[in-house]
Amino acid sequence: MQTAIMIVANYPLYIRSVPTQGELKFHYTVHTSLDVVEEKISGVGKALADQRELYLGLLYPTEDYKVYGYMTNSKVKFVIVVDSSNTSLRDNEIRSMFRKLHNSFTDVMCNPFYNPGDPIQSKAFDSIVSTMMVQAF
Amino acid sequence: MDQGSAAGTGGTLISLSDSEQRCYSGLYALCQPDSSGKLAAGKVAELFRASQLPAETLHQVTEVCGAKRLGYFGCGQFYGALKLMAAAQAGLPVRLESIAGELPLPVFVGITNELEMRYPNQPLTNESQSHILGSVTGSAPRPPADRPVLRHPDTSMDKQEVWSPPQSPGISPPRSPSAYRSYPYGAQRNGTDTLLVYEAKVPGLPSVPQENSSPSHYSLRLQPEQPVITRVASVERLVERVEVDYSDDPWRITEEQREYYTIQFRSLQPDLSALIMGTVAKNFFTKSKLPILELSHIWELSDVDKDGALTFPEFCTAFHLIVARKNGYPLPETLPATLRPGFVEAAVVTAPPSEKIGSVDLQMTSRQGVTTKQEARDESRKPEFSPKRIPEPHEKPTQHVSTLKPDSPQELDANMKSRTRPRSYSSTSIDDAMKKVEEPPTPPPRPQKTHSRASSLDLNKLFQQSGQGAKSGWLPPPPALPPRPPATQIFSFIPGSEKSSQKVVQQPNFADFSKFREEQETSVRGGLSTEDLTPPKLDSTVVHQGHAPQKPVRRKIHPESQSATPPSATPYSAATLTKSTQRPPPKQKREIQMAIRKNRETNAVLTRLNSELQQQLKVVHRERVTLESQLELLRPVAST
Repeated sequence: MQTAIMIVANYPLYIRSVPTQGELKFHYTVHTSLDVVEEKISGVGKALADQRELYLGLLYPTEDYKVYGYMTNSKVKFVIVVDSSNTSLRDNEIRSMFRKLHNSFTDVMCNPFYNPGDPIQSKAFDSIVSTMMVQAF
Repeated sequence: MDQGSAAGTGGTLISLSDSEQRCYSGLYALCQPDSSGKLAAGKVAELFRASQLPAETLHQVTEVCGAKRLGYFGCGQFYGALKLMAAAQAGLPVRLESIAGELPLPVFVGITNELEMRYPNQPLTNESQSHILGSVTGSAPRPPADRPVLRHPDTSMDKQEVWSPPQSPGISPPRSPSAYRSYPYGAQRNGTDTLLVYEAKVPGLPSVPQENSSPSHYSLRLQPEQPVITRVASVERLVERVEVDYSDDPWRITEEQREYYTIQFRSLQPDLSALIMGTVAKNFFTKSKLPILELSHIWELSDVDKDGALTFPEFCTAFHLIVARKNGYPLPETLPATLRPGFVEAAVVTAPPSEKIGSVDLQMTSRQGVTTKQEARDESRKPEFSPKRIPEPHEKPTQHVSTLKPDSPQELDANMKSRTRPRSYSSTSIDDAMKKVEEPPTPPPRPQKTHSRASSLDLNKLFQQSGQGAKSGWLPPPPALPPRPPATQIFSFIPGSEKSSQKVVQQPNFADFSKFREEQETSVRGGLSTEDLTPPKLDSTVVHQGHAPQKPVRRKIHPESQSATPPSATPYSAATLTKSTQRPPPKQKREIQMAIRKNRETNAVLTRLNSELQQQLKVVHRERVTLESQLELLRPVAST
């Protein structure tokens, strides 16, 4: 069962997938899903910054997997790809995952030694993401 | 490789003694000779730099030994160069004649550790040690004085030899210090001295399991070094010495270390209870020349409340981790218990009684269990610290306690903060990060909880944000209530801006509250003593469009958000004050009382209104959620 979490700011900042092979496929998926994200954003059209709208929901389902999106106020997009076979995941769980991701992401941002735009190399962030993925999937 | 006598520089043969042979061959191997015997230029240059000779001397050496002519360093040239450098270090001119005689070994700061490890030979290390000392001071009287000292820990020297071979396979920890030889931490470079510290430190580097004997003779070994003037070196020694004392727990911050950290903190931020901003801390810690990744990790470990700034305990933790890292300790994955802010608090608070007993010196000696000779040496060694320490053995406890007191509320605060994760700290520090940081999860309340500086800025942003319905109805909503732009909302209770009571009546949307307004104004008008209720926010003209309802009332309801509501000062406070100045004093008392009563009534009313509105907000929110979920359900079906 394959899952992946990616953080993209129009270029990948962070990619983690379990299992670690087949990352290329996830790259591809994420890139294509970015289009859907754009579509959703432009479709909404409001200038609100409500958290509710940061969660973009199921971007699109394919037969293999489902893609969920989340965009922060600074246009950093989080994308989670899960196997379609994993039907036990509910929307709320995905939301909470995004929330946790966002929290950890802002922690990384707070670090003055982190230059925005660098790939994220923080070990703490890695560990959080790993535990989240293991526990959820 | 033709060792021994075939150092053919300029045709003259130079004989090498045994020790020299060993030394040179080691250095030769160090410089990565390639197949034809030529040495890597980079390594040679490094070695030459490490010899601490001035550039012209090095040039001369290169020329004389023949490498310049040849264009590379072959074996012969290299040996010749080494000999010439030894001569130069001994003060002789760089000439071929000077190397004909017997010379001490050349000293390469930072490189010699290799030799010591490869050749754990008592004579060699003794020699090199004494030469280290000798070369640094450059004066004859020094080494003899050092001899007795060296002889004293003779047995311990053996021990040192014993565990230096085990170190040779594990070269990597010692290597890391030598990698950052020049360490201008305090932005002061006294190259020789600082390097010396490292050079001496490196062979004695404690690998993680330590013997207690090693600290003692290791620290003794440091004795003969000349007093180092830079804060850096002295701190380093201080740190390693003291750290070494607690060899069973390298993560514990000792008193001297804490003092030093306090001094450093003060240099960055005079107020001990305040915070060091991220960028400031970044610049400061970057000076330590650790790789950014490690600094980043250290930051993550030490910034427990994740606010992008360091409190004093966090700063100590970060500093301590940096020091530990520079000493070769690997960084832990999680913060050790002794470095957590709460822990350190407790430890140091209990320390003052013991400090009161004796001076720090005594304490140190009791800790180390070393003779008073060391004490004397300590004082001479650290001229900077002793003046500080000796005058204030008594001040120290109070200082500690006082520094801790601001720490402890800060600590609690930090702990609280860490639980509630306040994020956006100040708008001044990290611009980009600020923007990102101010995103949800819980955007509005954070700024006002933590900060009073740029609150006007924050609140403006907030008002725009929360103008669209702050997502969480549970927020104490100074932002939620006010900023709805006047005529557009259901919640028409929002009062418009008033400069005076007349305007209130004119605003049609705020019919509900216009009465309140008037009432309030009349009540407030009378009371000069309502100063406490109307804080001096005369700059309230920033916010005009109905941003804050009655400020005095608000103050009572939301005491914690006081600091955040400066811009929410009602405009009428200006009017109020002017009016009040016109009142003659005799009426004050009565009017004050009336004002108080009226305020209380309005308070009550407003609180009720507030709760009702909260309810409404929640309801609307829920509706919205359901609608959105419905929409989502429908959407995939609609779009294929």
